[in-house]
Amino acid sequence: MTALAERRAIERRSVSPVVGFLGRRLLGALAALLAASVLIFAAVQVLPGNAASAVLGRDATPQAIQILSKQMGLDRPAVTRYFDWLGGFVHGDLGVSSVALAQGQHTTVSSLISSPLKNSAILAGLAALLMIPLSLGLGALAAIRAGKPTDHVISIGSLVSISAPEFVTGSLLVALFFVGLHWLPPVAIVPPGADPLATPKELILPVVTLLFASLAAGIRMVRAGMYEALQTEYVQAARLNGLAEKRVLIRYALRNALAPSVQVLAQNLQYLVGGVIVVETVFAYPGIGSQLVSAVQNRDLTAVQSIAMLIAVVYVLINVLADLIVMLLIPKLREPA
Amino acid sequence: MTGRLRFLRTPSGAIGIGILTCVLLVAFVGPYLAPHSPTAVIGAPLSGASGHAPLGTDFLGRDVLSRLLYGGRSVIGLALAATALAYLIGMTIGLIAGYSRSVVDPILMRTVDVMLAFPPLLFLLVLIAGTGQSRTVMVVGVAIILAPGISRIVRTATQEVAVRGYVEAAVARGERPPAVLLREVVPNILAPVLVDVGLRFTFSILIVASVNFLGLGLQPPSSNWAVMISENRQYISLNWLSVVAPAAMIAILTIGVNLTGDAIARSLGRSYTPSTTRGVVTA
Repeated sequence: MTALAERRAIERRSVSPVVGFLGRRLLGALAALLAASVLIFAAVQVLPGNAASAVLGRDATPQAIQILSKQMGLDRPAVTRYFDWLGGFVHGDLGVSSVALAQGQHTTVSSLISSPLKNSAILAGLAALLMIPLSLGLGALAAIRAGKPTDHVISIGSLVSISAPEFVTGSLLVALFFVGLHWLPPVAIVPPGADPLATPKELILPVVTLLFASLAAGIRMVRAGMYEALQTEYVQAARLNGLAEKRVLIRYALRNALAPSVQVLAQNLQYLVGGVIVVETVFAYPGIGSQLVSAVQNRDLTAVQSIAMLIAVVYVLINVLADLIVMLLIPKLREPA
Repeated sequence: MTGRLRFLRTPSGAIGIGILTCVLLVAFVGPYLAPHSPTAVIGAPLSGASGHAPLGTDFLGRDVLSRLLYGGRSVIGLALAATALAYLIGMTIGLIAGYSRSVVDPILMRTVDVMLAFPPLLFLLVLIAGTGQSRTVMVVGVAIILAPGISRIVRTATQEVAVRGYVEAAVARGERPPAVLLREVVPNILAPVLVDVGLRFTFSILIVASVNFLGLGLQPPSSNWAVMISENRQYISLNWLSVVAPAAMIAILTIGVNLTGDAIARSLGRSYTPSTTRGVVTA
């Protein structure tokens, strides 16, 4: 490379590597989401043949199927339907519930999911708020006590808790805290329009169940990062300089262990988005996940399609956000490779 | 115990294999030992433990112990089938991509990206919504979720091996690509490729069981640990064993697989981290 080209390249990059990175990342995310939308649409509407007969079930008369097909717009070509759906989705129109259509009603998917969406955000948000400090604290503790019983208990405990599916953890927690101890209710039923935070006791078990699965990986990652940081020369130097141990641990070790952990914490946030699907069903909590499951059970295809897409969007956005935070935390990544 | 079986010497390996053997015995020998038929009504619904029914009866009055002994096969069987199919697909694509150095590579990378845009369970639910519930959909769906990650690892390993002398010698002898791949490449990439088979198998169990729990997998009256939990959990205060027993079996199974996988990975000097996204284990 000539000197001039090199300087240009540096200038180009130094404009704002963060903005450039974010732009590329967003473009990538958009492409992934487009592909995801094709996949969702294909799986729901194209694969099995007639969507209308799926909605109506086995005993439907040919006439009923024909009428519903027309109402759902299935007589139009798949490509047109796909773009209609996607266009609507982008503008916030999630379509009309196919099951409601079959019953002669006109219920929009948006109206079905607005309150569950809020409930899910509260549930996942609470879990996230607890997850981050807990995984940092427990992970750091395991690293400080590396090789001692505390470390073994935390490490094995995290492997065990990540192993069991959410519905198993949830059921065992219900057996313990409801059947055994009578401390907590087995379900978290929130009446329509009510605020789930008004009955905090009901939220405890769902949040703990979500934490069980999501904490483990965070703890393991923070432990690894912290353990490595504790072996470094700068930590030794800080100690030899007579700094208080607490200060050494927090200012020197934890801070440097933080960056690699962000990625894992972000994965955990992503996990929460998917984890609510099962956990909400376990506790009969009226959220977006249980709404999706019942839509799949009733084969409400439009609802499945739009809810799935909505979850995918949130999922991908969290990922982009995490990459951005990592980039801001680690200056090295901002330099061109 | 040297070489391959060294992992058995570690505590987690020994415990893991022990647990796993017990669960597999229950699942596959259990049906022959069951005192009752898994679908026969043997008493009042939800009665507690007794000599007649050591774990009590379920919500229809069927023997919980017998259903437990019958209920492991389908969970483990479906998860095994899905994992095996995923490896078959992943190996095939990865070998072709790695050996031919073709445009398959960017396509694979993008496929993994797209799969990563979904919570894995969501993908399976969407598939079930479209095609209806069946064993085939479950097995194929889980395999599709797992295959891209496997094929990426296979591809990288194949590229490393393809330039070695023994592969070039085989090519020089005039062997055809399929023969070269099967005889020279595959045996030499198996170790790195199979190291996290435990992770993928646990993932398959988790997701197959979750789908069954959600009522979107096997249909009643088939006996299956996950189905048992979902059908009895409403009545958990009447006979808690009808929920806790199958829940414990699933937990023990996945913990056993993970402990074993952890020990094997450690003995090979690799790290083993169950993924929290519970899904696409990437390269």
